[in-house]
Amino acid sequence: MIVFLARRIAAGLVLVVVIATTTFALMGLTGSDPARQIVGQTATQQQVAAKSHELGLDQPMAERYWHWLTDAVQGNLGTSWFSGESVTDSLTNRLPVTLSIVLAALLVSAVLSTVLGVAAAVRRGALDQLVQLLAVVGFAVPSFLVALVLAVVVGVDLGWLPATGYVPLATSASGWLKSITLPALSLAVGAVAATAQQVRGSMVDVLRADYVRTLRARGISERSLLFRHALRNAAPAALTVLALQFIGLVGGAVVVEKVFGLNGIGSQATGAGSQGDTPVVMGVVVVMVAIVVIVNIALDVAYGWLNPKVRVG
Amino acid sequence: MTLPQSEAGLAPGTAAAPAPVRAGLVRRLLRNPVAVGCLAVLALIALASLFAPLLTDQDPAHSSLTETLAPAGGAHPLGGDGVGRDVLARLLYGGRTSLLGALLAVSVALVIGVPSGLLAGYYRKWFDAVSSWLANILMAVPAIVVLLVVMSAVGQNTYVAMAVFGVLMSPGVFRLIRASAISVREELYVDAARVSGLTDGRIVRRHILPVVQAPTIIQAAQMLGLAIVIQSGLEFLGLGSATQASWGSMLNDAFANIYTKPVLMLWPGGALALTVAAFGLLGNALRDALDASAVSGRRARRAVRNAARARKAERARKAEEAEQAEKSVTAVKAGKAGKAVDSAPAEGIGAGPSTVPVPVPVPVPEPVPESVPEPVPESVAESVTESVAGAESPGSPEDTKSSADADGARQPKAAVASAKDDDAPLLVLDGLRVSYPAEDGEKAVVDGVSLTVRKGEVLGLVGESGSGKSQTAFAVLGLLPPEALASADRLVFDGTELGRLNRSEMNRLRGRRIAYVPQEPMSNLDPSFRIGAQLVEPVRRHLRLPASQARTKTLGLLERVGIADPERVFASYPHQISGGMAQRVLIAGAVSCDPDLLIADEPTTALDVTVQAEVLDLMRSLQRERNMGMILVTHDFGVVADICDRVTVMQTGTVVESAPARELFAAPRHPYTRMLLASTLEDAEPRSALGHATARTAAGTMHTARQEGRA
Repeated sequence: MIVFLARRIAAGLVLVVVIATTTFALMGLTGSDPARQIVGQTATQQQVAAKSHELGLDQPMAERYWHWLTDAVQGNLGTSWFSGESVTDSLTNRLPVTLSIVLAALLVSAVLSTVLGVAAAVRRGALDQLVQLLAVVGFAVPSFLVALVLAVVVGVDLGWLPATGYVPLATSASGWLKSITLPALSLAVGAVAATAQQVRGSMVDVLRADYVRTLRARGISERSLLFRHALRNAAPAALTVLALQFIGLVGGAVVVEKVFGLNGIGSQATGAGSQGDTPVVMGVVVVMVAIVVIVNIALDVAYGWLNPKVRVG
Repeated sequence: MTLPQSEAGLAPGTAAAPAPVRAGLVRRLLRNPVAVGCLAVLALIALASLFAPLLTDQDPAHSSLTETLAPAGGAHPLGGDGVGRDVLARLLYGGRTSLLGALLAVSVALVIGVPSGLLAGYYRKWFDAVSSWLANILMAVPAIVVLLVVMSAVGQNTYVAMAVFGVLMSPGVFRLIRASAISVREELYVDAARVSGLTDGRIVRRHILPVVQAPTIIQAAQMLGLAIVIQSGLEFLGLGSATQASWGSMLNDAFANIYTKPVLMLWPGGALALTVAAFGLLGNALRDALDASAVSGRRARRAVRNAARARKAERARKAEEAEQAEKSVTAVKAGKAGKAVDSAPAEGIGAGPSTVPVPVPVPVPEPVPESVPEPVPESVAESVTESVAGAESPGSPEDTKSSADADGARQPKAAVASAKDDDAPLLVLDGLRVSYPAEDGEKAVVDGVSLTVRKGEVLGLVGESGSGKSQTAFAVLGLLPPEALASADRLVFDGTELGRLNRSEMNRLRGRRIAYVPQEPMSNLDPSFRIGAQLVEPVRRHLRLPASQARTKTLGLLERVGIADPERVFASYPHQISGGMAQRVLIAGAVSCDPDLLIADEPTTALDVTVQAEVLDLMRSLQRERNMGMILVTHDFGVVADICDRVTVMQTGTVVESAPARELFAAPRHPYTRMLLASTLEDAEPRSALGHATARTAAGTMHTARQEGRA
C-alpha cells in the first residue's frame, strides 16, 4: 500500500510539473507584449521597457521559468501583472470557494449515483428507465445550462436559495451550505448521470455473478447481500468513473462560478486568461491540476481499499 | 444457467460489428424510431444553419440600439437581444459555428487518435509507451482550463479552441483503437495472414479497421455532442470569436439580461440541449442496433469470428481498464470529456455503463442454458449431439416426453419399492417447468420434471449439457434468475410447500436446511471478502452464534474438509487460494449449518482429475456422517456409480428415466440412458465393481428386450 501510494504521488507530481511547463511555454509564446498591454497603448517606449524589466520579461524564457519554478516550490507563485496582488494569497482566498462547491458536488455525485444506480439495478422497471433517461439528459445538458436554470428558477423566482454569492463556512455554517447548494447541484448533474449508469451496470453484473447466487444459497440477508457484498464489488468500477468525472467537475467549476457570481479559482482563471496574466494563469493551472491529482489519489486509495487484489498480492 | 448473463456477455462483444452486417445495421437503425428522430433533428439543424441566409434576411452581427430586447414579432420573429441583434439570425448562424466547430474537433481527435492508436496497438514497443503516457497526461487535465490557457496565448478564436479540444479528446479515440488493435493482433488468423506474407498495411485494413469502425462511429457521435457543450461553455464565459454568432455567446447575452428577459435563454439553451441530446441518443441507438445485428447475425461464421474477435477486444479493454485503474488516477481523462471520451469507448465495445436492456432475451439458436458449458467428455458430447440432433428444440421430442410422463407416473411407486428405510421423502418435486422469455414467446428449458429425495439418500441427476438439470437444481433452491418463469405442481421439502414461503422464510431455509455446492469454485467466492468472513456470516445468522464461536466452528469445518492450514485460509482472499481448496471451502460453507439436503451442481467438473476423486470422497463421507439427503447434478456415470443411491436421467428438459442406481446400471430402460452409459464406458475405466457389472450388461440384450416390451 505504501509503494502503491508513493507511486501515485510521484506520478501526480510529474503531471503537475509537465502541465506547468507546458502552460508556461504556451503563455510565453504569445505574440502580444504583456508589458505594453499593462502600461497601455499611450505609454512611451521607455515605460514599456521599464515595465518589461520590472516583470523580468527581458530575461530569457528558460531563466524565467526556472525562477518561477524555484519560487513555486517554496510556495511563492509570484504577483499578478495587472493587480500586483500576490498570486499565492489570492489563490488561498479563493480556494475555499472552489473546493467547497467541487467537493460538495463530488459528495452529491457519489451518494446520488449510488442510490440511483443500486435502485435501478435492483428494482429495474420504471425506475431503471428513469435512471437511463437521466443519463441521457445529464449528458445532453451542460452544467452551466443547469446552473442558469437553477439560478433563475430556484434562486430568483422561488427565492429558496441564494442565486449569487458565497458565505464562508466560518461565518455561518447554514449560510455556507445554502450558498454552495445550487452550484454544487448543477455541477453534479453530469457526474451523477454518468456514475449512476456505471453503478447500475456493475450492480446488474455483480447481482448475476455466481458468488452472489452462492451467497443467496447460504441464506444471508438480502440487505447484507446488496449493501455488503454486491455494492462492495460494484464500487471499484464506479469509483473509476467518479475519478474521471471529478476532472470534469473541476473544469465545470470555472463556468458555474460565473453563473453564481462566486469568486473562486475558476472565475479568476477566466479573468486572468482573457487578460493574459501569466503568473495568475500559472497559479490557477497548478492549483487546479493539484486538486485533481489529490482527489484522484484519495479515490485511488479508496479503490485499493475496496479491491483486495490491489491491496494484497 | 445464467443464460441471459452469458448472452449479455456475448452480445456487447459483438458490438464491434462485422462489415457484412452493416447493411442490416442501417436497416435496423432506420427501424429504431429514436434513431430516426435524432437523425431528423440533426438534419434539420444542419440544414437550417446551412441555409441561414435563406431563412432570415437579418444580419446576426448587426446591432441596433432601438431593437435592444425587442419583443418577438415583425422583422424579428424571436425578438432582439441585449444589444439589439436579431435572435433568430443569431440562432441560425450560431448553429453553423457549433456544428462546424464540433466537426473540426472530432476530425482532429480522429486524425490524431486513429493512426496513433493503430501504431501503438499494432507495433507496441516505445511508441506505445510514449503515446500511452501522453494520452494519460492529456486526460488528467480539465479541458476547459487548457482551453483557457490556449485562448489567452493564441487569441480568441472558436475554431482554434475546437481544434485544441480535438487534441484533448484524441486520447479517448487512441485508447479505443489501441485496445482493439492489440487484441486483433493476437488473433490466430492475423498470425496466419502475417505468415502468408500479407503486409502490415493490408492486415490493418482488412482485419483491424473493420473491427474498430463501429465503436469509433459511436464514439464520434458522442464526441460531437461533447465538443458542442465545451464550445458553448467557452463562449458563455466570453471567450471565443467576438464577431461570430454562436449559441454560447447568445447564452452569455441572455445571462446578462436574465432578470429583464429570461426568455432569451430558451432559444440557445434549447438548441444546445436538443443537438447534444440528439448526438447522444444517436450514439446509443447505434450501439443498440449493433448489438441487435450482432445477435441476429450470430449464426453466420464470419459474425462468429468477429464476435470472438470483439470479445477479445472487450477482454483487452477490460484488462487495460484494470491496468489503468491500478496504474494511476492521474492517468485519467479530460474533464467532462471523461464522460464521453472514456465511457464512450466502453459503451462502444459494449461494457460499462450501458443503456442496452441487460436481460437480453434468450436467443433462439442457443440451446444450452448453462453459462458455464459443462465439460462433457468429447465422446459423450459427440454421440449425444448426433443422436439428439433432431430434438434440439424443446417440445419437439414428443416420444421422449411421453415416455417421461409415463415415468413420472410410475415414479412414486418405484420410490416406495426401493425405499430401504421407511422415511417420508425429504424432497418431492412434481411437474417442474422452467422457461425463459425469448424473441418468439417463451423457451422452456425444464418441462415437467418430477423427482424425490429421501433423508440420507443421494440422488444423481444426470444428463448432457442443456438438459435442464442445473435449472432443476436452482428451481429447488429458489435461485433461478429473476427473468425465469418457473412453476411446479408440487415442491415439498420436509412437509413444507416451498412455493408458499415468502422471501425471508425461504432465505432462512436456504443455507440452514438446504445447502448448495456450486460447479465453479473460483467464481463462487466473493472476491472482496476474506474466506473466513464469508463462511462466518451465514453461521452467525442461522445458528445465532457469537463471533468467536462462529469462528471456532468455521476453523473446525475447514479442517474437516481437509484444509491443512485453516487459520491461513480463513484469513485469505479467494484469489490467494487454489481451485481445489476453494471447492473445499465451498463445501465447508454448504455443510456449516448441518443442512438436511445438499444440492451439488457438478461439484467436481471444474477440478483437476486428482482433486476430483478427493473432493468426491469428501462429499460422500460428509453425506454419510451427517445423513444428508443429496442431489448430485452430474453428467458423469462414474460419479453416479461411486456415490448415488438413485438416478434420475434428464434429456432436453424432461425426465426420461428414474431408477435405483443399481437397477439403472444393470438395466437401463430408455435408449437415451443406454446411449449415455455406453458413451461414458467407452473411454472411461469403470470405477467399481458396480461399474464392471454395468459394462457387462450394457452390452447385453436383456434390457433391450425390456425396453421393447415396454414400448
